[in-house]
Amino acid sequence: MSELVTQLSYLVAATLFIFSLRWLNRPKTARQGVFAGVGGMAAAVFGTVLHPEIVNFTWIVIAVIAGTAVGIPLSRVPLTAVPQRTAISHAFGGLAAGLVGTAKYAIWLEDGELTAFRTGAIVVEVILGFLTFTGSLMAAGKLQEVIPTRPITYRGQNAVNLALLAVALLAGVGLIWDPTQWQLFPLIVGLSLLFGVLLIIPIGGADMPTVISLLNSYAGLSAVAMGFVLENQLLIVAGALDGSSGLILSIIMCRAMNRSFTNVLFGAFGQVQVQAAAGEAKPVKSATPHDAADYLMNAQRVVFVPGYGMAVAQAQHRVREIYDELTKRGVNVKFAIHPVAGRMPGHMNVLLAEAEIPYDALVEMDEINPELPQTDVCVVVGANDVVNPAARTDKSSPIYGMPIIDADKARVVLANKRSMNPGFAGIENALYSADNTLMVFGDAKAVLGDIAAALRAEGEGQAAA
Amino acid sequence: MSALDLFSMLFGLMLATFVGFYVIQNVSRLLHTPLMSLTNAISAIAIVGSLIIAGEQKSTFSTVLGAIAVFASVTNIVSGFLITDRMLKMFKEKRRS
Repeated sequence: MSELVTQLSYLVAATLFIFSLRWLNRPKTARQGVFAGVGGMAAAVFGTVLHPEIVNFTWIVIAVIAGTAVGIPLSRVPLTAVPQRTAISHAFGGLAAGLVGTAKYAIWLEDGELTAFRTGAIVVEVILGFLTFTGSLMAAGKLQEVIPTRPITYRGQNAVNLALLAVALLAGVGLIWDPTQWQLFPLIVGLSLLFGVLLIIPIGGADMPTVISLLNSYAGLSAVAMGFVLENQLLIVAGALDGSSGLILSIIMCRAMNRSFTNVLFGAFGQVQVQAAAGEAKPVKSATPHDAADYLMNAQRVVFVPGYGMAVAQAQHRVREIYDELTKRGVNVKFAIHPVAGRMPGHMNVLLAEAEIPYDALVEMDEINPELPQTDVCVVVGANDVVNPAARTDKSSPIYGMPIIDADKARVVLANKRSMNPGFAGIENALYSADNTLMVFGDAKAVLGDIAAALRAEGEGQAAA
Repeated sequence: MSALDLFSMLFGLMLATFVGFYVIQNVSRLLHTPLMSLTNAISAIAIVGSLIIAGEQKSTFSTVLGAIAVFASVTNIVSGFLITDRMLKMFKEKRRS
């Protein structure tokens, strides 16, 4: 009887999870999606605690209290830190899968119940789980900048990594052959933990959106493997939903950078660019925040291109003030969002939404590009590579072929930068020396604040007159 | 486990992957960050396995591993759902003036 109730609540949980993701298709129904997800999780936990095998709740209660105590502060991090939190969350997902696999192996080894199939499923679960664990911790460390964000590379790196994985897989095959060879198990665990670290250290900061998405997919797949170990359909379904979500996001990120999976994982992006950094400095035209305000005031259509630099400078609220001033004057203001703007998929949208910019003003790259030739002023804040025309024209550029936002096609481009030093990627950006570009030098928050103040002063002046 | 069980699991995997692809492709790009935190929370379904290991008390070793796994899963569930909701609340339409 209780088995029936358990299976029924698992069925309800799986259904609610699918609805949960379904409702995320638009902002209006998205919060319903969260409630469906919570409901599904509650049903799954309810069905599980009915299991007669659970004889003691002491450890469970302690773990639940501790998990809640850590989970609540983790949900309140600043939105610039959401990518790190997400990476830590992938790490925990991988850890749980790896530990459950290890415990299951120990239990079945003791009871003599290890079949070849069970052992195989455990090997997959443990390798995926533990490599996701350390890989995600490395990614979180790079995002938090406690580990250098530049790619760390050495000769023969890919060969070493592949050899490690091959040894782990071979040990896994050995274990399936003879499940009682338990000495192989810690070897597999150790190699997977090491492989996760080595897989992520050669990957540079610019590739983090892809890496996070890929780790998301691995975390989901490790849950699927756990489902095969425990013969549990709910784990398989929920894990597959997570796995396919991560895969789709990784594909979107790769396309947005015109790179392949193998190139991201084994390409060591940072190296190519060092040579490209050397180029003679071209003359640029600069403008004061006051000039910038004049251009904006006299425009009919304005497009902002925000990049992660805007969020680092905490300038999004100043951007909102400018947005408010301009919309008050009847200027049409939109925001062009490149898929890799920010440190994870969709990051820029969340940062702008926090600054209370309505989401209907946020427009994707493919939709905004046809509008840019009719745009009077394009304001580039903290973005660099995603507006670099070299991606369209210069075959020798490391970013050639990457889809970009056509900021250079606007009548006037206002680009904010601290100085003319080439950015993080070190690639020359012809946009800054273009005839229609004016550089507004200075800290983004200060410059945008000055522009907003100039607009406000002008508005008050008009009201007084 | 019979071959039938294995195939019913593979069927589940195949169908769920397709459903996942179709549903996720329809998720607005605006919401990809909340999507990832929501799927984080959902993949903490690993709690189902963790709870049994922590509660069945087969050995101290397995109980400790199970309890850590419960801790990790609960952390993901709590922080994942809370932060998703926190972010989604920020998405507002144009104010009517």
